[in-house]
Amino acid sequence: MANEACIVGIGQTPFCRGEGSGVTELALQLQACTAALDDAGLKARQVDGIMPFPNLGSAEGFAANLGCPNLRFAATINMGGAAPVASLQTAGAAVKAGAADYVLVPAGWNGYSGRRVAQTLNEQVSSIPGGAIARDFYFPYGLTSPAQWYALMARRHMHEFGTTPEQLGAIALAMRKHAQLNPNAVMHGKEMTLEAYLAAPMVTDPYRLFDCCIETDGAAAMIVTTVERARDLPGKAVRILGVASGQPYPADEITNRKDIFMTGLTIAAPQAFKKAGLKPADVDFAQIYDCFTFEVLQQIEESGFCERGEGGAFVEGGRIELGGDLPVNTHGGLLSEAHVLGMGHIVEAVRQLRGECGTRQVADAEVGVVTGWGDFGDGSIAILGRA
Amino acid sequence: MSDNEYKKPLPALEGLTREFYGFCKDGELRFQRCNGCRAWRHVPREMCPECGSMDWGWEPSSGRGKLFTWTVAARPLHAAFADETPYAPAVVELDEGVRLVTEIVDCRPDNLEIDTPVEVVFEEVTPGITLPKFRRSGH
Repeated sequence: MANEACIVGIGQTPFCRGEGSGVTELALQLQACTAALDDAGLKARQVDGIMPFPNLGSAEGFAANLGCPNLRFAATINMGGAAPVASLQTAGAAVKAGAADYVLVPAGWNGYSGRRVAQTLNEQVSSIPGGAIARDFYFPYGLTSPAQWYALMARRHMHEFGTTPEQLGAIALAMRKHAQLNPNAVMHGKEMTLEAYLAAPMVTDPYRLFDCCIETDGAAAMIVTTVERARDLPGKAVRILGVASGQPYPADEITNRKDIFMTGLTIAAPQAFKKAGLKPADVDFAQIYDCFTFEVLQQIEESGFCERGEGGAFVEGGRIELGGDLPVNTHGGLLSEAHVLGMGHIVEAVRQLRGECGTRQVADAEVGVVTGWGDFGDGSIAILGRA
Repeated sequence: MSDNEYKKPLPALEGLTREFYGFCKDGELRFQRCNGCRAWRHVPREMCPECGSMDWGWEPSSGRGKLFTWTVAARPLHAAFADETPYAPAVVELDEGVRLVTEIVDCRPDNLEIDTPVEVVFEEVTPGITLPKFRRSGH
């Protein structure tokens, strides 16, 4: 227990579109780092481990700006949007092993005013595992973007299990509803009906406009240490009860999986629950990486909250809304709060377990799940607990 | 059509990928097949993940299969396809069991149906590159 890892600090910037953040992606992330340090009651010089998001800065650069003269642990998990949650596993292992005392994990970008999220892969495809395969076998046919890659799986799921557009819509609507209770959400004050969801233009069938995450400028950060060190800090620590990451097979090619619905989470989720000694029914809320609506449904299934093929029915009837059996993305998620590469989901999970969520607080939240999803279906999952 | 006019992304003709597209240029769809366990595979790999053999050959595919899944790209997410929408990147499952990202050339995107039987056709998009595409069988 004393050697268990925990999250002791979270921070985030405002989220915006329009004219954008007006600062560099590094400056944006440094603001979030500073907020996380203040939240934890730590000084930058105490940070001796840094885990930057892939392609969004170096540990050396963060250390030089923040003033971390004792940097001794630096790593990046190359799993796209699954990286922040997967970093919880590595950061936790690092502090438990004594490789670092306090590990800072930043993420953030000018996803609206800079490289638009939807366009990022066009320029950076060679940087992801499987990038050369996409270039040689997907791009020539115009299959160039994550929305399109994952739409292939969504279409197949609809064919095999009868999943409907209205069920995908229930996910988009739940996230939008939650955003109305989150003043920091970009979609705060912009309610949406099922009719408006269905009437929105197609982006890549079966994904309509509101099945797709929003593009925003913003950053968030967290700090990981041991429960023992956390006792000397002023804030409420959130315990990492179980965390795991995983890869689909093959991870570098999305169409030739024998099991087309297998993702990294398929192998990660049972491990994380086993480590935590808990089961999906014990979970009070889930912050699920919602790059697109179907990926929420798929992760609900692959995490074991329901059987494969039952995700469509699971998300209906308000079950994933606040007040339902499993509130999902109580902050609004990537679909309605902001796209901060999954770090926003961790920040919200920590706030829920600290009881700081005001009107969107899940009553008596003791155990929460947060997932990450990246590249061709890499997965990560953490089961977090109230201190 | 010359290389100058064709603006869409092209495969990099390197290593095993060069060999795959080399057969396409000759009007042949071939996939790797393991000489150890006889498993077919795509995309090209050095080693058979089923049995560990590095002994393999390029064997001709029947060129026949069925539509496994697709998406209709309604909004261009890549500049080179801005004038193409709506178009439908598709996945075909060949009779050999391997799946290939491709395009169905003789069917409007909104008429596509999973499991439709299809057969390969070849489209020379540049003097150097021929892409395998598919049409509905029997049409």
